[in-house]
Amino acid sequence: MSEPRHQALIDTLGAGLTPVRRLPAPWLRALGWLLVVAAIAVVLLVHYGTAPMLRRWTGAPDLAWAAAGAVLTTACAAWAAFTLGVPGRSRAWAWLPLPGALLWIGASGFGCLRTWLAPGTSIAGIHQSADCLVFIISFSIPLSALMIWWLRRACPLRPVLTAIMVGLASAAASASLLEICHAYDAAATDLLTHALAVGIVIAANAAMGGRLLLRR
Amino acid sequence: MSLLTADTWRVLYGGFALPLDRRAHVSAEIASDDTSPERRRAAWMAAAQAGDRVAYERVLAGSVELIRNVARRQGVPMDALDDVVQETLLTVHRVRHTYDPARSYDAWLAAIAGRRAIDLLRSHGRRQRRETHDDLILDQLAGHDDASTASERAQDASRLHAAIAGLPPGQREAVEQMGLKEHSLAEAASETGRNAGALKVNLHRALKALRGRLHGDS
Repeated sequence: MSEPRHQALIDTLGAGLTPVRRLPAPWLRALGWLLVVAAIAVVLLVHYGTAPMLRRWTGAPDLAWAAAGAVLTTACAAWAAFTLGVPGRSRAWAWLPLPGALLWIGASGFGCLRTWLAPGTSIAGIHQSADCLVFIISFSIPLSALMIWWLRRACPLRPVLTAIMVGLASAAASASLLEICHAYDAAATDLLTHALAVGIVIAANAAMGGRLLLRR
Repeated sequence: MSLLTADTWRVLYGGFALPLDRRAHVSAEIASDDTSPERRRAAWMAAAQAGDRVAYERVLAGSVELIRNVARRQGVPMDALDDVVQETLLTVHRVRHTYDPARSYDAWLAAIAGRRAIDLLRSHGRRQRRETHDDLILDQLAGHDDASTASERAQDASRLHAAIAGLPPGQREAVEQMGLKEHSLAEAASETGRNAGALKVNLHRALKALRGRLHGDS
């Protein structure tokens, strides 16, 4: 059936065959990663309480919509990343986080047009915005590292695209976690800082994650 | 057992209704069943994941032509098709746990083969940009046989020897036997007492590693 010139390699590979544990489904692996994010959220909620966040959301529903968009982006980007890590899956999976991202960006932008302040918030200055940047990047690093580590057990044939999904999932997860303790209202400075932090995380993952995911 | 279709087997296997060794055994029977070639390959690969060597060798052998077709479509030259086949088979071995028997084996394999074909084309492109193929160019180079050239050659040889010395023992042995001593595969096998297939794989890996170390190829 095979040509003789490959038979030697096939024999060698056959001789080295051992049973393998099949990779769990991408949605299941994404769920595992999301549970880690949820555990961090629980710790932050215990520390900061839910009342200030709920008061902000009740007073300015656009903040709640933006948070929902960030959470949706997190889940979809994580699912897309783990799916793209399996050979033979369509690259169209990379579009999955788009609706969530549009909701996140749209609601955040809409919040900037409001003329009143959400309850319990103020407008972030440069220093407070820098704290947001540090928060998003600091949480994104371990979350990205964890996802890359899990993805290395798979076989991402499009490592850069997969790494972009890793960056998006980690940055969106960090932005979602930030929402728990974010006492600043939507404003251009704050929005730009968040966008910058998300951009840095995605760019860093695309630059380094692609190489880290390659396991040849 | 001949009434058992590949789909039925997948349901049983997916639900872990059969013990591991029995699953592998059943797969071989299904593989000889009257199913489509793609389904047979999928069943063989699923059995290979459970450790069935016969099914594994069958699926690898049955994959060679598919890999060649994918590589040809990607524009890989005829004389490099076998390189893509070998690289793809090695990758399949390494990532066989990522195959999901509920999905198409051919699509899974084609994705891997396509990636390895692109890697090979890129690697050839990089090499062609670095290398000059004009036989007369050496004569046109000023002082091509002067002391500095001799020194460069000595440095190159030294780098090559250092790179060979840094290889794992099996790969180093394959390079020494078939590359430096220019022994045939059979001679090398009889001298080292190793299997010819293992020597061939070791040589292939060693050359790839050396290319990477000396030219920075991935």
